[in-house]
Amino acid sequence: MNKNNISDLMRRFSVPLMFVLICAVCAPVSGLSPSYLANEIVTRMGRNAFLILSLLIPIMAGMGLNFSMTLGAMAGEIGLILVCDWQIVGIPGMILAMIISVPISALLGLFCGKVLNMAKGREMITSYIISFFINGIYQLVVLYMMGPIIPIKHTSIKLPRGYGIRNTVSLLSMRQKLDNLIPLTIAGIKIPVATFIVVFFLCLVIVWFRKTKLGQDMRAVGQDMEVARDAGIDVERTRIISMVLSTVFAGIGMIIYLQNMGNIATYSSHSQIGMFCIAALLVGGASVDKASIGNVFLGIILFHTMFIVAPKAGTVITGDSMIGEYFRVFVSYAVITVALIMYETNKRRDKSKAGKQLALEQEAANE
Amino acid sequence: MENAPLLEMRNIKKDFFGNQVLTDINLTLKPGEVVGLVGENGAGKSTLMKILFGADVIRETGGYGGDILINGQKVNFQSPFDAIAAGIGMVHQEFSLIPGFTATENILLNREDKKRSVLSYLFSDRLDTLDRKKMNENAAEAIKKMGVNIDQDMKINSMPVGHRQFTEIARELSKEQLKLLILDEPTAVLTEKEAEALLESIRGMSKRGIAVIFITHRLNEILAVCDKVVTMRDGYVVNESPAGETNVKEITQWMVGKSIGDDVSSQAREEKDLNRKTILSVKKLWVDMPGETVRNVDLDVQEGEILGIGGLAGQGKLGIPNGIMGLYQAGGEVTFAGESIPLNSPRKCLDSSFAFVSEDRRGVGLLLDESLEWNISFPAMQIQNKYLKNYLGGIIKWRDEAAIKEVTDKYIDELKIKCQSSKQKAKELSGGNQQKVCLAKAFALEPRLLFVSEPTRGIDVGAKALVLDALKKFNREKKVTIVMVSSELEELRQTCDRIAIVSGGKVAGILPAGEDREKFGELMLKNC
Repeated sequence: MNKNNISDLMRRFSVPLMFVLICAVCAPVSGLSPSYLANEIVTRMGRNAFLILSLLIPIMAGMGLNFSMTLGAMAGEIGLILVCDWQIVGIPGMILAMIISVPISALLGLFCGKVLNMAKGREMITSYIISFFINGIYQLVVLYMMGPIIPIKHTSIKLPRGYGIRNTVSLLSMRQKLDNLIPLTIAGIKIPVATFIVVFFLCLVIVWFRKTKLGQDMRAVGQDMEVARDAGIDVERTRIISMVLSTVFAGIGMIIYLQNMGNIATYSSHSQIGMFCIAALLVGGASVDKASIGNVFLGIILFHTMFIVAPKAGTVITGDSMIGEYFRVFVSYAVITVALIMYETNKRRDKSKAGKQLALEQEAANE
Repeated sequence: MENAPLLEMRNIKKDFFGNQVLTDINLTLKPGEVVGLVGENGAGKSTLMKILFGADVIRETGGYGGDILINGQKVNFQSPFDAIAAGIGMVHQEFSLIPGFTATENILLNREDKKRSVLSYLFSDRLDTLDRKKMNENAAEAIKKMGVNIDQDMKINSMPVGHRQFTEIARELSKEQLKLLILDEPTAVLTEKEAEALLESIRGMSKRGIAVIFITHRLNEILAVCDKVVTMRDGYVVNESPAGETNVKEITQWMVGKSIGDDVSSQAREEKDLNRKTILSVKKLWVDMPGETVRNVDLDVQEGEILGIGGLAGQGKLGIPNGIMGLYQAGGEVTFAGESIPLNSPRKCLDSSFAFVSEDRRGVGLLLDESLEWNISFPAMQIQNKYLKNYLGGIIKWRDEAAIKEVTDKYIDELKIKCQSSKQKAKELSGGNQQKVCLAKAFALEPRLLFVSEPTRGIDVGAKALVLDALKKFNREKKVTIVMVSSELEELRQTCDRIAIVSGGKVAGILPAGEDREKFGELMLKNC
């Protein structure tokens, strides 16, 4: 029985274990000092945690991995670009950017939720494609409408042709303002206390949310839509709410993420963020239908350790720094693919496990 | 003046696109009264209940004629929620439960006890937090009301089927306003013991003033618990009489509308030579079928016989054919005519000319959205390349529509399948006719060994006799060995040569069909 349990655990945590191995091998090879590594991981924890936490609610509502969190990220970027132009700096700038992003995210989430309600059972692929579609609209807004329609004053963020936003928008005025709001350094590791407080608060909200009626409804809808509907739960509305919440949190998360980075890559920041966040969550041991706050933090630690050490290790081994960069992207997609396959095989294996148990019992009885 | 009855249905009429399915139904119910509603499939029982429960399908197909009065007040339910608000509860045949939730959570689904919180004042009351303690209390109370004990903290997906059924009943009972409970074949999935408990629970509800409409094919249960039996046939109420003044035979006659032969006694079967060689040998079989687990089964089937497999629900009799045919995970050894048959591989079984008529005819048995022609010819086409025209030396295969139509018409005729044409979709047929299509499908394969699982479940008396006769005829004329699984012992005794009784996942014993009922009964309870 005990043996069974251990192999069972191994299987469930095979992805995290694989990453522990990768990190354990690459870390010494890379030659990075432990304090540097710790510093980096803590920074990235503050940078990414909020974004990844935003993925939890749709998983609870049975809508799988929310690839369309990119929508929220775009809304966050629009907020930041506007605030940048209005030259509102520091924390107030961030808060204003969040206030601008929330209605945009909510609208996009509403749209996305409505579309996903039409594509029940195919949420993940649909949300993935929606993110491409909305990316087109985002480009239209940022590249053509910002300037002529949405007034942009400052040439520093405008393209030289007079309209549209530059490839990179500097956020120097609010760079790491939140992270450094409450300065604290322990053993040479800089800790972004204020960011952690915000993240912690979101964790509390999620824990509390699970206990609410709405959270219960979402779990019910996630497990069996028809039964939930028969019980009088408004399935469609519940699913839309979960998308709206996720998108809004993703928008806020993106602003926290970008204040740490210190600049916006206007046309690419958001496009990879969804992929990396989902990969990190999966590396933390989450699956398509089950994810916890613990998975989020474990995922960040493992995924980003790999992120930091793998390029270095690659450089050390091959002398080519590109190999590590290639490795990052490759691994992100690989992790998502593996997680999706494992989700299916685990489902099947759970079914056959009971059978094996039976065979064992019978053998024991025959002896 | 007496109080108005709890429920009064006056001259209820319903037609589906000109096809009259209910005509002038009158039904009255007093508080606490238990009414048994019986009738063949297609007699209109379900439609009547759907009307009463305000089901969407009724409104979408043009509503109904006549009046429904509750406590003397005319009502017109727009949706099931209106019906629930008026105090009507319904336990469906299919479970309506969330698999990963506990019994408590399911009983109080969407009616959870809540605590207000600051945010719920700000936003909506969906942000109230759940009051787990109170939920537990309320669920416990509902379970107590029901009188059957179930573990309220157990998740539904780890519960036995019977307990799931009870969870649903408890859910209805937890509704304060419940005055009338409709139970649609609730005992179909219960073991005998559980069914007993349910009947007891119905008596308890009746004492508390809850009226019950009890739909079942098991007439003995009706007689045991109901005050009144209402028999329906072809959309009419043909009889309404107090349960105390009638008996199973009478009700059966009302249901079928003709007096049926007393008993096709098992002695009437011609004795067959039973000294034949074993054609199928099963050794140490285990099958993991949820609710029908099979453990360590050894079974020999003789060539040309009809072997019955009987036993109580949930003891594993269904697991045996499902396991051998590879639909559920299984292990052990199966040898057919000297050849070893690999398990967990349906295709191999079919290639060895086995055929299987599943008990799950809508899920496994039929392509619901396809025509009868397709349903009947599909397996034979797929497995044996029948009904195909070969071109270019077999590189291109076209369906032979003429041959398909011919074989379909043959079986429609032989099995008296009621349909408009061989092009009709399988889902449009009634349960009994769907079952006949399943049989036709298996017959078309011309198997050497046929597994038939619950061939008469949920079909009416007339269709039942036809199905059993068809099986006997198939066995006799085509010399096909048949293994038939059924929960109705009487039916097995009429049809089979030998009957194996499964109890606790094992074969408790094999007896000739002519043996006394008591001996079978003993075996059924042997390992329970």
